Amino acid sequence: MEQLSPDPERQLQPAPQEPLGGPDAVLEAAAGEEAEGAGPQDSGGDAMAENNFWLKKIEISVSEAEKRTGRNAMNMQETYTAYLIETRSVEHADGQSVLTDSLWRRYSEFELLRNYLLVYYPHIVVPPLPEKRAEFVWHKLSADNMDPDFVERRRIGLENFLLRVASHPILCRDKIFYLFLTQEGNWKETVNETGFQLKADSRLKALNATFRVKNPDKRFTEIKHYSDELQSVISHLLRVRARVADRLYGVYKVHGNYGRVFSEWSAIEKEMGDGLQSAGHHMDVYASSIDDILEDEEHYADQLKEYLFYAEALRAVCRKHELMQYDLEMAAQDLASKKQQCEELATGTVRTFSLKGMTTKLFGQETPEQREARIKVLEEQINEGEQQLKSKNLEGREFVKNAWADIERFKDQKNRDLKEALISYAVMQISMCKKGIQVWTNAKECFSKM
Amino acid sequence: AGEIPGGGAPLPGSRGSPGLLRVDVLDLDEDEDDLEVFSKDASLIDMNSFSPMMPTSPLSMINQVKFEDEPELKDLFITVDEPESHVTTIETFITYKVITKTSRGEFDSSEFEVRRRYQDFLWLKGKLEDAHPTLIIPPLPEKFIVKGMVERFNDDFIETRRKALHKFLNRIADHPTLTFNEDFKVFLTAQAWELSSHKKQGPGLLTRMGQTVRAVASSMRGVKNRPEEFMEINNFIEIFSQKINLIDKISQRIYKEERDYLDEMKEYGPIHILWSASEEDVVDTLKGVATCIEQCCKATEKWMSGLSESLLPIVHEYVLYSDTLMGVMKRRDQIQAELDSKVEALTYKKADTDLLTEEIGKLEDKVECANNALKADWERWKQNMQNDIKSAFTDVAEENVHYYEQCLAAWESFLTSQTDLNLEEHSEDKL
Repeated sequence: MEQLSPDPERQLQPAPQEPLGGPDAVLEAAAGEEAEGAGPQDSGGDAMAENNFWLKKIEISVSEAEKRTGRNAMNMQETYTAYLIETRSVEHADGQSVLTDSLWRRYSEFELLRNYLLVYYPHIVVPPLPEKRAEFVWHKLSADNMDPDFVERRRIGLENFLLRVASHPILCRDKIFYLFLTQEGNWKETVNETGFQLKADSRLKALNATFRVKNPDKRFTEIKHYSDELQSVISHLLRVRARVADRLYGVYKVHGNYGRVFSEWSAIEKEMGDGLQSAGHHMDVYASSIDDILEDEEHYADQLKEYLFYAEALRAVCRKHELMQYDLEMAAQDLASKKQQCEELATGTVRTFSLKGMTTKLFGQETPEQREARIKVLEEQINEGEQQLKSKNLEGREFVKNAWADIERFKDQKNRDLKEALISYAVMQISMCKKGIQVWTNAKECFSKM
Repeated sequence: AGEIPGGGAPLPGSRGSPGLLRVDVLDLDEDEDDLEVFSKDASLIDMNSFSPMMPTSPLSMINQVKFEDEPELKDLFITVDEPESHVTTIETFITYKVITKTSRGEFDSSEFEVRRRYQDFLWLKGKLEDAHPTLIIPPLPEKFIVKGMVERFNDDFIETRRKALHKFLNRIADHPTLTFNEDFKVFLTAQAWELSSHKKQGPGLLTRMGQTVRAVASSMRGVKNRPEEFMEINNFIEIFSQKINLIDKISQRIYKEERDYLDEMKEYGPIHILWSASEEDVVDTLKGVATCIEQCCKATEKWMSGLSESLLPIVHEYVLYSDTLMGVMKRRDQIQAELDSKVEALTYKKADTDLLTEEIGKLEDKVECANNALKADWERWKQNMQNDIKSAFTDVAEENVHYYEQCLAAWESFLTSQTDLNLEEHSEDKL
């Protein structure tokens, strides 16, 4: 089974002073020594653990995106986008920031980082990446990954991801995460050397398996249902929002035609001409105002999308609990049946079916020595089983404790963020209404002067 | 042109009982004695001058300013109302109730109520065109809607047509010449059988067909000597026709897009309510957003009904007007062509010169009358058009401002409630 608590080798120590809030927080660090100027590190465990404290405030930004061409694993030419990640440390005293690290990463490397985190922190609701392909598009946005607007929104999404990880009290201390920000070359090899890929595959398989768990922690079952509902309702909302945006775009843009026709008409009018012409100009302004309005709304949609994907991560933690619980139940069941077998062998009564018992019946009794041997084997297995059960129980409880703590943290973050997003949506609508009032008031004046 | 808008006067073109006239302008229902006096006096008065005997109030004075014609009191009020379906063995058709209230002497009564069907309106239009070939006769709504109509008599279609027919009759009533047309009077007052028999009089179908054939033939010859001023008018009409058609299409399209937007918004709001059911902390915020969206939907509906009341019918009427105008220009050209061909015949001595000269004299008069009538009516029409367009678009702009103001109020009130909540929460934390 995967490790429950983070491998000490993978953690930078000690813990940060305080858990952090929103994604635009900066990473606070404990006192320590030479963090800055620490260039690309090799993966030597202890040296890392000792030296790499997050010394001062760290600012992380994904500041640029660049188109690149290269050769892929199959030696075929491909085009991809690379993102520049800059890390700055901020001096407490004067607030100046110094660039400490800067490197380029592509989306697939972010995915690698996240998959690694998923495997080694199964009890954490791991922040999601921005979407791989543009979904919930309305007609103006292209679904092309190379489209500059899409790339820009992805850049912001990736920055957000890094900030979320950096502000998570546990994830921020991960060594691989630190190397992601600081070691350009060789990072992929380093990650792969952890052997997480194998565990990633088995994790996925397990998460998707169907099984019936008898006694899950009810709170996790509830949260699992909640995550399903959240996914469903946000998808629905995003779909309809995209359609609303599409229609609104249509309304505004058709008004642009008035501008052109008024202008042409004004040519034949003497008294009415000026009024028509200037009103037409306002129609053009109105029609073009929708572009910025919908661009802003796209950022709102991205905020909702983040929680759509977060819901998946939340679900995964619940599923992990169910898996562990199921495993525990199976182990307990197995132990119980072994105990029973042992008892029957000892007392000579056969209540449970065993193959050995049947063959004995069919082919003749076994000797007392044979029976003793079997009992001994079973007793050993029972012992082992009891040990395992004990440790599984402990693991299970640890997991529940830690996972629930992170779920609570996630819930608070989610409530804050969603509220903020909805309020920002209202602010956008207000701005749109004010623009509309202005344009049409101007147009009305032009019309009334005709 | 058209009815007096707003406050002082009666006749909203709506269903139900026709509005009463303002008491101090003309009280037909309650004061029969006064009516008699007015009727008698009306017959003595020159129709084109303002009658000092007609009581006026400041409000009716204001209303008069809105008349496009001379400051004459309106004395003919018409409503088109109450469409009814009639089913016979051969056909199904709709009739409309036409109510006329008048103080004019030449009318036998002060109030008339008749039922007319679309065919009857068509007949009237034809008669007016015959009697006044170079006047701009108001347009009728189309016979059939070209696309998207399954049920010929669905409610929207009937209502749109009713409003347009109402407009049609009122425009005629406001026209200085057409308002006194005899066929118009018959249309407004005759009972069904009277109208049928009246229709049968006058030039028969064949005669009219003959006229049409001659007209087409002469128009195909083209007009060589169209005077400069009419060239200008024709040029205006061509461009106006193009532009108004485009504006009609644009306006219809905007209406359609807005309706689609409304449909989506109606689905959008409730999703927030659905979501709030799974949340604890964010419930109020989500419900607040849903409420705002609902209020925006209401504002959109109001906006849409405003557009379909004011802008769309006006623009569409002027689309039909532009066809009318082209027809009027053609007829003027035909009249001139008749003269031109006779003059040409005279030049080439094709027939008896004395007879020709006499005919030419008559035709010259005819051409001059036609041209003058057209010129005067053109100026009048143009003025009306500018007023109508101006007022229609001003109304649209006003509706839009109002729409955005309503939405703004909804969102601002939501925002305030959210910030108030935040302040409350913070002060609770401090306690």
